[in-house]
Parts: sequence; C-alpha cells; structure tokens
Amino acid sequence: MLLSLDKVTTYYGQMRILEGISLQVGEGELVCLLGGNASGKSTTLKTVLGVVTPRSGRVLLDDKDVTGWPVPQRIARGIAIVPENRRLFGQMTVRENLEMGAVLRHREKLDDDFDRVHALFPRLLERRNQLAGTLSGGEQQMVAMGRALMSRPRLLLMDEPSMGLSPALVQQNFQIISEVHQSGVAVLVVEQNAAMALSIADRGYVLSTGEIVLTGSAAELLRSEDLKRAYLGR
Amino acid sequence: MSQLATDEPAPVAPAGPQVGADEWVARQAQRREYLPSWLGGTERLVEKVGWWPRLGLAAAAGLVLPLLHVGQFQLQVGIDSLVLALLALGLNVTVGWAGLLDLGYVAFFGFGAYGFALVSSDQLSAQGVHWPAYFSIPVVVVATGLLGLLVGLPSRRLSGDYLAIITLFFGEAFYEITNTVASSKLGGEDGIVGIDPIRGFGVQLLSTEQYYYLMVIFVVGAMIVLRLLEFSRTGRSWRAIRDDPLAASAMTISVDKVKLMAFAFGAMVAGLAGTEFAAQQVSIAPTDFTTQYLIMIYACLILGGAGSIGGAVAGALVLNVVLDGILRNPTYTGYLFYGLIVIALLVKLRPWRRLALVAGSTIVFGYALHAIAAAISHSWVSGSLQSGGWIASALRGWVIVPASATGPGDWGFVLLICMLIALAQVHGRTRTLLLVPTIYLAAFTWETLLGTPTNASITRYIIIAVVLIVMMIARPQGLLGTRRVEVPT
Ligand SMILES: Nc1ncnc2c1ncn2[C@@H]1O[C@H](COP(=O)(O)OP(=O)(O)OP(=O)(O)O)[C@@H](O)[C@H]1O
Ligand SMILES: [Mg+2]
Repeated sequence: MLLSLDKVTTYYGQMRILEGISLQVGEGELVCLLGGNASGKSTTLKTVLGVVTPRSGRVLLDDKDVTGWPVPQRIARGIAIVPENRRLFGQMTVRENLEMGAVLRHREKLDDDFDRVHALFPRLLERRNQLAGTLSGGEQQMVAMGRALMSRPRLLLMDEPSMGLSPALVQQNFQIISEVHQSGVAVLVVEQNAAMALSIADRGYVLSTGEIVLTGSAAELLRSEDLKRAYLGR
Repeated sequence: MSQLATDEPAPVAPAGPQVGADEWVARQAQRREYLPSWLGGTERLVEKVGWWPRLGLAAAAGLVLPLLHVGQFQLQVGIDSLVLALLALGLNVTVGWAGLLDLGYVAFFGFGAYGFALVSSDQLSAQGVHWPAYFSIPVVVVATGLLGLLVGLPSRRLSGDYLAIITLFFGEAFYEITNTVASSKLGGEDGIVGIDPIRGFGVQLLSTEQYYYLMVIFVVGAMIVLRLLEFSRTGRSWRAIRDDPLAASAMTISVDKVKLMAFAFGAMVAGLAGTEFAAQQVSIAPTDFTTQYLIMIYACLILGGAGSIGGAVAGALVLNVVLDGILRNPTYTGYLFYGLIVIALLVKLRPWRRLALVAGSTIVFGYALHAIAAAISHSWVSGSLQSGGWIASALRGWVIVPASATGPGDWGFVLLICMLIALAQVHGRTRTLLLVPTIYLAAFTWETLLGTPTNASITRYIIIAVVLIVMMIARPQGLLGTRRVEVPT
C-alpha cells in the first residue's frame, strides 16, 4: 500500500480532532476525502505530511512506518501537496515557485516538467515573471497545482484544489486531476464538491467530526443516501 | 512592473485540457503597455541593460574614481562606505533573503577584525604573530563562518522576536568580552594597535588608494558570488523559508539547515569586512563594533532595499557618503537641506499653478515679515546667517535672524514640528495655505539653530531620519528593492 493511516488519533492541544482514522491509498489510485467544514480533512492531510504528529496510531508510506519522521523526509519519498490556501512563495516569481516544487532535482533537467505544467496551465507561462503574491486567487491556485506536479510525485495530496476557480475552470481542473491520475499518479483529494470529486474518483471516505463514517467505491457513495445525510447534514 | 516591460514572445497554448486558457491569454499581447512618463522609460532602459552589465559599469566607475584627483579624505570616505557596503551585503543574506532578524551581526564584523588583528600584530606574544594576508584572511573568514553557524543554532527553534533578543545578547556579549572580560589578551578598551597592513607575496598595501582599490575588488567580488548564490538552489531556499517555512519544508527544503547556512554566509561576509577594516585602520577597539554601528548597517539595507544586492551596496554608499562626505561640511549640509525642500515641493506639488502660488507666496511672505520685523527693532534682524555662498545672498533680507538667535531658534524648532504635524492632518486648500509659513519656518530654524556648528552632529541624524521617513513614504521597498506583496493565507 502506498499510503495507509492506521487508527490515527490527532490532537491539537487538548482538542481531539481525529479519532482512530484508518485510510488507504493504493498505487495509482484516486481517492477522495469528503466531509463538512471542520470535520478534520485538512488535519488528516497534515498528519500524512508530518506537520502534526498523531498521539496514537501509525502513518505508513510504502508499508514503512514514518510516524515520527520530519516533513522533508516524507516528501522526498515521492509525495507532493497542494496545500489549503495555496501557500505560495509570494515574493518569488511564478517560475521560481514552480522550480521550488522540484528543488531536489537539477534545474537543467526541469524543461520537460515546465513544458508539461505550462501545457496544462497556459496562464502560468504568460505570467512566469510575475511575483506569485500578486497573482489573482485563481492563478495562485494554478501555481499551487503546477508546483505540486513539478516534482513528478507518486502520491499527490490535494486540499481543495478548485478553491477560488470559476465553475468552468473547476471542471477543467478536475479533468486535469483525472488526467494526472491516468498517467499513473496516486491522488488523495479533499473536496467540498462531492459530486464532482466522486465522478473522477475510484474510492472515497467521508469524515464527520473526526471519524470516518462512510467509505466505499465512488459509484456506491454517489448512490448512497447515507452520504447525503452525513455530508449535507441531517 | 517588470512584467509590463519584458519583450518576450507570446506563449503558445498547446492542445489538451487546460486551465486558464481564456480570453486573457489570447489578448495578453494587446494588453501589454509600457508605462508612460520618463520614469517608466528609465526603468525600462535599466531593465534592458541587465544585471551583469550594470555591475560592470558600476565597478568601472568605482575603479576610475581615484583617477579624478580626489583627495585623501574623499578616498577614505570611499573606503568606509565600501566596508559598510560589504557589511550590508552580508546582512542581506541573513535578513534580506532568509528573513532571520539577526541583531548580533556586528559581532561577526568585530570577530573578523579581532581575528585578523590577533594574527597580524604583536598582541599574542613578544615577537607577535604575523601571518601573511593570503593565509590569515581565509582562515579568519572561515572561522567567522563557523561562529555564525554556532550563533545560528538557536535559530532552528526560535524565530522573530526571540531570535532577535538572543542574537542581540550575543552582540552585547562580544562587546563585553573584548572590552572587559578578556582584556589582557584583547587589549580591553584600548583594543589592539599596530596591526599589519595587508601583505603577502612580497607586497604590502600601504596607501589609501591601494586599500580603496582592494575594497572595490572585494565588494564587486562579493556581489558576483552573492548574485550566483541568489538564484541557486540555496538562494531560492533562503527566500522560500522567509516567505513560508511550512510550505518550504513541504518542498523538501530542510529549513534548519538552510537557516544555518544563511547565518554562516552572512557571518563570512562580515568577517571579510572585518579583516579589511582592521588592516586599514591599523588599530581597532571595542567601540568600533557597537550596536550603534549595527543600526547603521540596518539603515543601509533598509534604505537600499532589503533583498536586493545592488540595493544593499547603493544604500551603504548613499548613506555613508551623505553622513561623512556631505554632512560634515556645513555648506554642503545647507545645500542638502534646502535642496531636499525644493525637491519635495517640486515632486509633491501639482499642478504647476499650485507650485507657483506657494513659491510666490512664500517669497512675498518672507520679505513682508522681514520688513515688519526690521521696522519694529533692528536687533530682530541683525543676526548673521548660518549659510554661506549664494544661499546666503539669496536669503539675506528674506529670512529673519535675530541678534541673539538661540532662544528664538529653539522656539522656532518646536513650532516647526507642530506645523509639520498639523500639515499631515489637513488637506486641500488649508494645506497649501499652511505650507507657506512652514517653509519659511524651516528656513528660519535652519539659519538660527540647526545649521549652527554646535548642532551639526544632531542635525546629521535629523536629516538622515527625515530621508528615511520620506523614503518610507515614497518608496517603501527601498532604492532598488522590489515591492513586497501581501500574501493571503
Ligand atoms: N492549529 C490548530 N490548533 C487548534 N485547533 C485547530 C488547529 N487546526 C485546526 N484546528 C481545528 O480542528 C478542526 C478541524 O480542522 P480542519 O482544518 O482539519 O478542518 P477541515 O475538515 O479541513 O475543514 P474545511 O473544509 O473548513 O477546510 C477545526 O475545528 C479547527 O478549528
Ligand atoms: Mg480544510
């Protein structure tokens, strides 16, 4: 298994946010994580990344226990992230931001990756010398996506990758995610737009106040009455 | 603005699913416009020239300067400015790029100077230690780098205010150690005297010219190295951890390691500056490395634009030349004072009609006031102007200078400050109206109080403060810096 969380419980101070979460993402799978606001989706991704350490439970990458590892070491095993709120390097240009995504590799060998990202997001080619902090919100989201793709990840974590994009662009963005997935990359995507996410996903999990209340194949979840109740509130 | 001024081919949009390929991309060529006005033109020209040719031009200008028959004093100001420039370059690494607030930086400068002095004088033993410069300078620079690494260790855990306090303690500790704790070895408050000049391979640098050239070479060399570093993986990592350490670590950057490197690199540049300073000064003392000097280095970096190599150097040159080259001479100080007022009016007062109105009213106001004062009592106008030369002849009969100027000068100064505060509060016609007496009062205060030789040292700092404030308002990013952008999180 590429990624698995084994009964992970995460706290912020005294507050228990995740309660015994178990979740798997296999090689080349597209898994979506659904849930209402404050249900713990971002916290789950932060636990995978190592920004927060679980109080109990284990995080496994390639069946290797990485629970106590620092962030860079985990990332170096082939993970990339599109963080919530983008978190670009605002004082650096678009091109430099993209380069940061592949900071481990030599700059000379990045041409193919630039071409790939620019093909997906032409706007970024045109804006390459602009400071990322001055981009429009939607453009910043594109940079965050492009930056994650630059490292040629095996597992892509995405926290609301469509945030700030217009409805038309959201659709195109999901097409891109689906295409990235088809090229063999495993994806764990957090999305508010459940229908859209499930339409491209293989499987899904539904979080509610820190617990996984529902899981199954995308088709099952789409049909599920429980999803409507759990996700949309009763 | 840079994206407006680049002439690069329009990108081609390839086939396949795309995001953001809308009318913006299609029409971007038509939407590109050059800034109007001479300012945009200059900016475009400067950008066209490119960084390396600009460095070449600046270096050539620096090397040609001594050929223009400048005096020893001017050359010495040049050397001091270049030492300051080197220090600002090093500080730019730690503060400007990596965003680590290091308030102990001046101790690295001191460490370099003391290190060089100890191995190039009779301080350590009766026969002394006299290493050749090609050996001592690299050793001292590397040692300073190691010290930087050590000081940087707490920065892995601390940031912001905490780091600032810890490093400030380090700076103070260095001062105390050199001044009192290890005074038998380090010479206490007298410091170390009789330091060798730079020598090696049978050559000795003795004249001011030679040190000037050496400093130009060091500064240009440091600029080249730092420029190569800026866009390297390390340089980008520095800027990344300044912008967002968490995101940087998610890009596999080891934040701790990168911070330590920033400290070490900054320290090495400061250490290099220290060796040159010690060799050229012949003697050094703890008072050369005080927090006051640290503030000066920070001022250079802020004035020039933190994060910009050219800015760090330009800030240091401008500030030091103004402070030591111009403000030590009363006549030049007067030119600068009145020049600043005139420039501020020219830039800020629009349209021209308003400018002419203010200028005209100010002239009439002054002569009228002078005539009234002279009619009341001769002693009110019989004092002598502080300015000399053509400024004096222009102002005579216009500005009131009482025979005993001190008291009125003090009151004028207080009133001037009140007027300036009032000016900032009002707008429109009231401001235009208020401007006239304010300008007059400024001239009055200068001629009676600020321009007097006894107040010269205070006036220097007032002028610098005013320059920095004006800079902050007009160009917050500094002379050559790029404007910081807010990032929503
Ligand atoms: N650093 C923190 N300290 C304390 N509480 C936190 C912290 N980060 C998150 N929380 C809390 O944890 C809960 C879960 O947050 P999380 O960000 O995981 O939600 P989410 O599912 O991503 O929600 P959304 O869809 O709104 O982004 C929230 O109640 C939040 O207030
Ligand atoms: Mg969230």
